[in-house]
Amino acid sequence: MTILPLTSSQTVGPFFAPALLREDAIRNVLTQPETAGERIRIEGRVLDGDGLPVPDAMVEIWQANAHGRYSVDQGLAQLDATFLGFGRSGTAENGSYWFETIKPGRVPFYHEQFQAPHICVTVFARGLLNHLVTRLYFEDEQTNTEDPILQCVPDERRSTLLARRENREETIVYRFDIVLQGAGETAFFDL
Amino acid sequence: MKNITIGEIVRGDREVFPPYLYEAYQSTRRRAPMLPLVEVPLTLSELTGPGPAISAITPQDADLTRNASTGGEAIGQRIIVTGRVLDDRGTPMPNTLLEIWQANAAGRYLHKRDQWPGPLDPNFLGMGRCLTNEEGIYRFLTIRPGAYPWKNHPNAWRPAHIHFSVFGPSMLSRLVTQMYFPDDPLHSLDPIMNAVPTEAARKRMIALYDHSVTEQEWALGYRWDIVIRGAYATPFESKEGER
Repeated sequence: MTILPLTSSQTVGPFFAPALLREDAIRNVLTQPETAGERIRIEGRVLDGDGLPVPDAMVEIWQANAHGRYSVDQGLAQLDATFLGFGRSGTAENGSYWFETIKPGRVPFYHEQFQAPHICVTVFARGLLNHLVTRLYFEDEQTNTEDPILQCVPDERRSTLLARRENREETIVYRFDIVLQGAGETAFFDL
Repeated sequence: MKNITIGEIVRGDREVFPPYLYEAYQSTRRRAPMLPLVEVPLTLSELTGPGPAISAITPQDADLTRNASTGGEAIGQRIIVTGRVLDDRGTPMPNTLLEIWQANAAGRYLHKRDQWPGPLDPNFLGMGRCLTNEEGIYRFLTIRPGAYPWKNHPNAWRPAHIHFSVFGPSMLSRLVTQMYFPDDPLHSLDPIMNAVPTEAARKRMIALYDHSVTEQEWALGYRWDIVIRGAYATPFESKEGER
């Protein structure tokens, strides 16, 4: 079998926004009125090694629907035609990003096992020669303790993947800061 | 050149992908992670992805010489950039979303943070997108970007390049990279390009001039293929098992 070498990664640089965050390419809101599932808002900041905000980052998310099925997978769980499960947000001057989405269901792992509810997170920025990959988990989710991916993360770093729940009037907010470097550095995956 | 600290932390193949920390590129210093990346098994979450569904594409999106929709045409050397998107088994990747952005012919980006005194071109937005066809082929019509000064070090200039964002079949195949032009004397001076560890990998980011792509009395042709990770891995294999 031919194995072709992959094309290398390069940084998005500082000027990606007009292309990647144009009006019809940005996706902060993943839901439609008919989308099934518990509405949540994800908020966080991207921070650098000095704890300073990263205002020129882009965060992409990918998640299953409320039944634990990806919009493209071949699984048996129910599809939701109103939910693609992909989001893309820029960061503001204070490094903040946000999404309005639903809490995903549990996605199969293998055999009879399931993963804890999670959202795949990818980070791009000037100064990142290669994007960073991690996952958001929900701090108040009982099934985290049996999640096969979370168990791969060293104990002392696991909390960096747990989004903190805040109830703000009618809205359930999960706060998930992404720390690129230094104290509280987010655990990133070799993916 | 002074001693450059090159970090140990790399996502993916060390022969191909740049380290996060590459001090000659100043912006990596406070943004590169310093702790080891966590090895995790592949699951359905990594082996799926939204594919091209994230954007509605029109044919005009692939013509950067006219997609400013001003009625005028961008100034510069008209070029065709085409090639195939393949996975690492050589399988063409159809229906793959490519989003590109670039400086204008004078090396200026249409962006509020780009304020160097190169002229703007009112007929050039510097962004485009398209989907690969059934054979994995993409094609853009644009103008050749100029070199671009930046503040990384004294008298720093980026070689002419086009940024590419690629959405293949899964999250594993996500790629953002830059395409360079052949015979550019700035290549050897560019820390972003030289962060890629091997000459072979750097060369693969350089398009080839292809006279069979060039169109008479119209545009010069460049060919550049992109290779991304395929989505063929069986879910739930460990990364070690995959190799």
